[in-house]
Amino acid sequence: MAKYITKRIIYLIITLFIIASVTFFLMKFLPGTPFSNEERLTIEQREILNAKYGLDQPIPIQYMNYMVNIVKGDLGVSFQFENQPVMDLLMNRIGPSMQLGVQAMIIGTIIGIALGVLAAMFQNTWIDYGSTFLAILGKSIPSFVLAALLQYYIGVKLGWLPVASWNGFSSSILPTIALACFPIATAARFMRTELIEVFGSDYITLAKAKGNSRGEVAVKHAIRNALIPLITVLGPMAVGLMTGSMVVEKVFAVPGIGEQFVKSIMTNDFPIIMGTTLFFAFLLTVIILIIDILYGIIDPRIRLNGGDK
Amino acid sequence: MNREEIKEIPKEQFEPAPIDHEAGERLEKPQLSFMKDAWLRVRKNKAAIVSLIILALIVIMAIIGPHLSGHDGYEQDVAKSNLPPRVPVLENMGIFDGTQKVGGEEVNKYEQMNIEEYYWFGTDSLGRDLFTRVWLGTRVSLYIAVLAAAIDMLVGVIYGLVSGFKGGRTDNVMQRILEVISGIPNLIVVILMLLILKPGIMSITIAMVITGWVGMARVVRGQVLKLKDQEYILASRTLGAKNNRLLFKHLLPNLSGVIIINTMFTIPSAIFFEAFLSFIGIGLQAPSASLGTLIEDGYKTFQFLPHLMIIPCILICVILIVCNLIGDGLRDAFDPKMRD
Repeated sequence: MAKYITKRIIYLIITLFIIASVTFFLMKFLPGTPFSNEERLTIEQREILNAKYGLDQPIPIQYMNYMVNIVKGDLGVSFQFENQPVMDLLMNRIGPSMQLGVQAMIIGTIIGIALGVLAAMFQNTWIDYGSTFLAILGKSIPSFVLAALLQYYIGVKLGWLPVASWNGFSSSILPTIALACFPIATAARFMRTELIEVFGSDYITLAKAKGNSRGEVAVKHAIRNALIPLITVLGPMAVGLMTGSMVVEKVFAVPGIGEQFVKSIMTNDFPIIMGTTLFFAFLLTVIILIIDILYGIIDPRIRLNGGDK
Repeated sequence: MNREEIKEIPKEQFEPAPIDHEAGERLEKPQLSFMKDAWLRVRKNKAAIVSLIILALIVIMAIIGPHLSGHDGYEQDVAKSNLPPRVPVLENMGIFDGTQKVGGEEVNKYEQMNIEEYYWFGTDSLGRDLFTRVWLGTRVSLYIAVLAAAIDMLVGVIYGLVSGFKGGRTDNVMQRILEVISGIPNLIVVILMLLILKPGIMSITIAMVITGWVGMARVVRGQVLKLKDQEYILASRTLGAKNNRLLFKHLLPNLSGVIIINTMFTIPSAIFFEAFLSFIGIGLQAPSASLGTLIEDGYKTFQFLPHLMIIPCILICVILIVCNLIGDGLRDAFDPKMRD
C-alpha cells in the first residue's frame, strides 16, 4: 500500500510539473498582449511595464522564476486586476465555486443513487425505463444548455428564482440543478448496473431464501455492497463538475473561479490563466489520487499494483 | 399388443443405423459474420433503432438542409433582422405565424414590414436565415466530431495494439507515458491549445485529439493483453504467421467491438466539447457557424428572442441523446457477456 501511494504521488508530481511547463511555454507563444491598450503606449512605457512584470528577461530565466514561485505557492500577479496576486484572486473566488460543486455533488449522488436503486429493483418496468431515460437525458444534455434553458424558463419567464445574481441560497438553486444533472446521470447508471449484478449473486439468493422481504434484501444486503464501487465514478464526476462550473458560472454570473477563468481567457490575462489551469489540474489530480487510495482501502479485493497486469 | 404381433416386425428394422460421423460437426445455426451477429442484436433494441433513424435524418438534413429554405446562411440583410419563426401551413393554426411579444404586446413583424418570405426558424440579428444556419452548424459540428473520433480511433488503436502486443519494456514505457498524459485534465489541454492555435475547425479537432485518444488506447491494450495468449493466436503463430498478419488478420477483427463502441461514445463527447468551447468564446469564429456558436449567439439575446437559442439547443440535445442511445445499444450488442 505504502509503495503504491508513493508511486502515485511521484506520478502526480511529474504530471503537475509537465502541466506547469506546458502552460508556461504555451502562454509564451500566445498571440496578443495582456496590456489592452498597448497601441497607445510609447516604447518607454512598454519597457517599463515589461520590466515590472519580468517580461524583459530571457525565457529560461522567466521559466526558472516561475517554477520556483509555484513551489512557494506564488502564482504571480494579475495583469488586469491592479497587481493582485493570482493566489488571492483564486482564494477570493473559491467560496461560491466550492459551494456549488459540493451542493451539486451531494444532491446529484443522492438522487442518482435513489434512481439507480429504483431502476434495479423494478428492472424492466416503467420505473426502470423512466429512470434510465432520465439518466440518458442527464448524461446527454450539456450543462450550459440546461443552464441557459433553466435561466430562461424558470428565471425569466416564471420569475421564481433569481436570473443572474449571487446573494443567498436562492440564487444558488438554479446553478446547482444545472450542475447536478451530470452526477445524477452518472450515479444512476452506475448504481443500476452494479445492483443488477449484485442481485444476481448467491448471497442475495440466500438472503431471500431466509425469508427476508425484497426491501430488506435490497437495503441490508445489496445496496451496501453496490455502494463501494460508486467511489470510482466520483473522479469523472469531479471532472464533469469542473467543466460544468465554467459555463454554469458564466451563465448565472456566479463570482467563482470558472467565471473568472473564462473572463481571463477573453482578456489574455496570462497569470490568471496559468494559475487557474494549475489550480484545476492540482485539484483534479489530487481528488483522483485520494479516490483511488480510498477505494483500495475500502475494497481489499482491488489489487494496487498500478494496473500492470 | 400380444406376442404374435411383436413377432411380425421384420428383422431389418433392428439393423443399427449407419453412423454419420459428420453429424456431430454440423452446425445447428447458420454461421453469422461478426457484423451480421451484431446487427441482429442491435435490431432488438428499439431505442437504438429509432435513434439510428433520427441520426440518419439529421445527417441528411445537415447535407441538404442548408439548400431547402432558399435563403443564404451568410448573406446579411439588416432589414430582415430578428424575425420570429413563420411556417406556411402552421401559421393558420396560430403557431409559428410570425408573431412575437414586444413589451407585452403581440406584434407581427412580417406584416409590419411587408415581408412576404417565410423564415421557418426566423432570422438572427444580422438578418440571416436561422434554418439554413442551424443545418450549416450541424454540418460543422458533425464534421468536427467525426474527424476527431476518426483520428482518436486511429492513434488509440495503433498505440494500444503496439503497446499490448509488444509487451515487456515497450509496454512499460508506453504505459507510463499514457499514465502521465491521462493525468492531465482534458479540458485544460484543449483550452490551452486553442489559445495558441488559430481558432478554426482544424485546430479544435487537433486540440481534442491530443488527449482524446488515451481512452481508446487503454481499452485496446487491455483487450490485446487478453486475446494475445489465446489458442487461436498460438495456432496461427505455429503455422508461421508474421506479426503483421496476427495483428491485422486475427486481433483487429476481434477488437472491432470495443473500437466501435468507444468511437460511438467519442462522437457525442466531441460534439459537446466543440459546443462548450464555442460557448465560452474560444471555439469557431464568425462567420462560420457550429451549433455551439449558434447557441452562444442566441444566448446573448435570449430574453427577447428565445428561439435563436432554443432551436439550436434542442438540436444539439437531440443529437447527443441519439448518439448516446446508439452507443448504449451497440455496447449491449457487442458485450460478450450477453451472448446467448
